[in-house]
Amino acid sequence: MEKTYRTRRGDLVPAVEGITLDIAENEFVTLVGPSGCGKSTLLKLVAGLTPVSGGTVRVRDTVVREPFPDVGIVFQHPVLLPWRTVLDNVLFAAEMLGLDPDDHRKRALELLELSGLAGFETRLPRELSGGMQQRVAICRALLPDPTLLLMDEPFGALDAMTREELGFELLRIWDARRKTILFVTHSIPEAILLADKVVVMTSRPGRVARVITIDLPRPRTVELEFDAKFKAYSDEVRGLIFASRRARADAR
Amino acid sequence: MRASVRSLSRSAVPAATLAGAIVVWELASRGLRIPKFIMPAPSEIAAEAWEWRYRFLGHTWVTLYETLGGFALSIVVAVPLATLIVYSPWMRRAIYPLIVLLQAVPKIAVAPVLLLVIGYGEFSKVIVAFLVAFFPIVVDTATGLAATPPELLELSRSYRASALKTFVKVRFPMALPFFFSGLKVAITLAVIGAVVGEFIGSDKGLGYVILSATSYWKTGLAFASMILLSVIAIVLFGAVCLVERLVCPWLAPAAEE
Repeated sequence: MEKTYRTRRGDLVPAVEGITLDIAENEFVTLVGPSGCGKSTLLKLVAGLTPVSGGTVRVRDTVVREPFPDVGIVFQHPVLLPWRTVLDNVLFAAEMLGLDPDDHRKRALELLELSGLAGFETRLPRELSGGMQQRVAICRALLPDPTLLLMDEPFGALDAMTREELGFELLRIWDARRKTILFVTHSIPEAILLADKVVVMTSRPGRVARVITIDLPRPRTVELEFDAKFKAYSDEVRGLIFASRRARADAR
Repeated sequence: MRASVRSLSRSAVPAATLAGAIVVWELASRGLRIPKFIMPAPSEIAAEAWEWRYRFLGHTWVTLYETLGGFALSIVVAVPLATLIVYSPWMRRAIYPLIVLLQAVPKIAVAPVLLLVIGYGEFSKVIVAFLVAFFPIVVDTATGLAATPPELLELSRSYRASALKTFVKVRFPMALPFFFSGLKVAITLAVIGAVVGEFIGSDKGLGYVILSATSYWKTGLAFASMILLSVIAIVLFGAVCLVERLVCPWLAPAAEE
């Protein structure tokens, strides 16, 4: 089975332009780039939340024209429903999809346990820390077992330590339940540490500067950050982003 | 233990202040020999109220149901209006200016005309109460409905949930805190609306009692009616707060640890 996205969008106010991207099934792909490079727009295009103005988006050879249920979305903020318990927030996905929540209860509990939230099922979101709330949001996205997980700077609002912790947590979950993940981030180390492939984007209009295949062993560990290869990757990404900035500054 | 002592002293201080003020008032009006029709002493107000207790019951009931009728009507009208305003940009452009215009017209000025048109029965007071109460509910509910985090709406869209489902499960509950703050303002306004209606023309209700009592120099009765009106407003306000706490328990401040 092969999974392909082809996204092309231009004209008007070009948020992203001339983007061609192929992503294989179960690949962990991170999108990294400066603010305003259209990373989030790209995710919305893939999710079918925004129509493309040119080109096509394909998921498993089906052209995406509207939102489809086989996708899970995690945003920068957890956006949980404050009146629902942790468990009911996870089951929200099933309810909204028109499925019977009772059939998904067992899976929801498993997911919560997998993300270290066992014992918190009946708590309300406000009783949880930001990091825990974001774990609940991830469980909600994973509940219908989507083949594709779209994450829009999911750890962007968290402190650096929680961020790192959740990154490895996500890798662990991903190991247990393989999915294709498209993960937007501002953080270069995060992009490299998590990904099979890093898509470096430049802004105005958003373009893909380079797709870098990350050849680092899995499972990934914190120590990798001191690896020479890691350093080389991160220099490469940084170089691409700053080169585009310099080019723009010169043009001005 | 310590917390309960603290909360007791918290309510004891204002209670003692109030009791002190009443005592000072009593002593002053006795000592200074202020005529009863200008400033009755608390004991005289209480005596007159007691004498009138059965008649007060009827009048209080009338004002209460005029208030509640207007309040209920304003909820029934305001929530769909707010929903229309938020969901349809066209309706927003069509309705919103009219609502603001209606709010800008002083209701006290409208009330005599309204009574002329509708008649002098209780229903006209329900309408006046409704007119003053519905504005804050429309505005607050519309604000609340519009304040749904866009991510939640996108999420609902990605689940391909219907607009109705999104409204029932996400948007409306999200707007509840706003809705209730509108209700809290509206309930006290509804009391004022009912009394204003009674002032214009009626033969029942606490507003009527105040008017007729003052025209017969029975100031004590007027004071008693005022106190009863305040009690109604406070009790109704408290009731709205109670309902809010029951409906939205997640809004209660987290238990101090």
